[in-house]
Amino acid sequence: MITVTGAHKSYGTFKALDGVSVDIPAGSLTALLGPSGSGKSTLLRSIAGLEDLDGGSVVINGKDVTGIPPQQRGIGFVFQHYAAFKHMTVRDNVAFGLTIRKRPKAEIARKVDELLEIVGLDGFQHRYPAQLSGGQRQRMALARALAVDPEVLLLDEPFGALDAQVRADLRRWLRRLHDEVHVTTVLVTHDQEEALDVADRIAVLNKGRIEQIGDPEVLYDRPANDFVMSFLGQVAHVNGRLVRPHDIVLTRDRNEAYAADAAVKGSPGVITARVDRVVRLGFEVRVELTADSSEQLEVQVTRAAAEALALDPGETVYARAAHTPDAWETDPALAI
Amino acid sequence: MKTSRPARWSLRVVALGYLIALLGTPVVLILWRTFEPGLGTFLASVKTPAAISALNLSLLIVAIVVPLNVIFGVVTALALVRGRFRGRGLLQAVVDLPFAVSPVVVGVSLILLWGAGGWFGALDRAGFKVIFGLPGMVLATLFVTLPFVVREVEPVLHEIGTDQEQAAATLGANGWQTFWRITLPALRWGLTYGVVLTVARALGEFGAVIMVSSGFAGVSQTLTLLVHARYVDDQNTYGAYAAATLLMGLAVLTLLLMSVLNRKRRTT
Repeated sequence: MITVTGAHKSYGTFKALDGVSVDIPAGSLTALLGPSGSGKSTLLRSIAGLEDLDGGSVVINGKDVTGIPPQQRGIGFVFQHYAAFKHMTVRDNVAFGLTIRKRPKAEIARKVDELLEIVGLDGFQHRYPAQLSGGQRQRMALARALAVDPEVLLLDEPFGALDAQVRADLRRWLRRLHDEVHVTTVLVTHDQEEALDVADRIAVLNKGRIEQIGDPEVLYDRPANDFVMSFLGQVAHVNGRLVRPHDIVLTRDRNEAYAADAAVKGSPGVITARVDRVVRLGFEVRVELTADSSEQLEVQVTRAAAEALALDPGETVYARAAHTPDAWETDPALAI
Repeated sequence: MKTSRPARWSLRVVALGYLIALLGTPVVLILWRTFEPGLGTFLASVKTPAAISALNLSLLIVAIVVPLNVIFGVVTALALVRGRFRGRGLLQAVVDLPFAVSPVVVGVSLILLWGAGGWFGALDRAGFKVIFGLPGMVLATLFVTLPFVVREVEPVLHEIGTDQEQAAATLGANGWQTFWRITLPALRWGLTYGVVLTVARALGEFGAVIMVSSGFAGVSQTLTLLVHARYVDDQNTYGAYAAATLLMGLAVLTLLLMSVLNRKRRTT
């Protein structure tokens, strides 16, 4: 369990953290998600003790670690660019924390072999980091961080420097690893897909503040504001309001559209639009529209719905929101 | 760039001719003059008490200067790369000063500072000879060799950044452990280069050292001073050639060491 209370951090006039308070439950895998400059990395590094807070406190498992150096915080940290010890073999890299702690040689050897097997680097003991691929280096860095049995594992954009395929593999692998090891994990990312894929809790940061924190489904379905909604998942504008592209219903019949819309609480209304393009993306079909107001929007429909509508470019169609996140917000029973 | 065959060949001839005329000829000439009378004559000339004393003094100065330069060079480089303090720009310029200032000027300023009439002249009057003694020669050599370690270590520090050190800290290593286990090993090649350059320069330094040495044969002559003394004062041309060859031998040894290390660096 990590508790950050009222964290402030400025670099000159730039406020990296502007009063951040967050609870990270024990055993969870929490993603700190936000655009660059949102303060997510600063928050993570403050938890690690790699940055000193200007104000506020950090408590890890009941122990106030504010002002305590990283060495004594019981953390494992994984850097975006691996931070591999280049002059050491894989074995020595992973053993580093245990060697510093002067553990018996036999214990170190056993633990290192065990970890290398977990991260799938068995047989690479005597290689140097330069002889590993990016993905392998990051798995080595993870084993190194886990070797000291950290109370919390902190990952700073761990897959950011890897190419797309390796990234997808590694995050699935991280998810499985977390299900086995159960160490409280915080992961910083700017990639919403990564956050949704890996984390069981997401905190969305913007301009040094936390916009919303919660389960991925809650953030996706009931975003607290437009920023969270547009940062997590895709959005389309309907009469100036944000709606998920797959929550938009297309109808050829005008009367039917208006009748259905009247039943939706807090609806943004019906828009009349011209079809620009119909793109088939496997199961989904993306329909690109230009509204009367000359606003552009993209709508996602299922293949079956697209076939039933049989839309061609140039035709007129009526678009409405099936439901809106705003409606969720105004309903106190669904408030977060 | 594409160059025609004749152009390529004439470029090579010009470059090689230039190198041979300027570097090759003098070296070959000295070697030829040295070994012309036979190996025995050469050995006799470099085994005189004055020559042995000069070799020992040169090596002693190297042995004192190198560790000092390593320690202060690494500290200075760390300050230049990692430090955020006022006057960093000034320090940058000061480090390069020995490249810009003529060694003779260094010698003169050392005399002004440490000589009997200088600022720290009291030391001299109390009987501790800095000028015309070993400390003066060490100071002069330190001055001219100061930039080498700093300038070789600095770019390496920039390149490695602080990630590895931060990683070591999160794994429980304190500052001292991080320095010995992470920072220093990462710097080893830059440091080695710096040391090699320092050794070569310390052996070859002449202008600054001659100003602060009493220049007594067998007492306060380094190898470079011996070459000079034999040639100018003793009119012993052959002796000067022989001592110069010994000096060159040491330099070649240092250079060889450097290229061997360089090859090793590329393979690891």
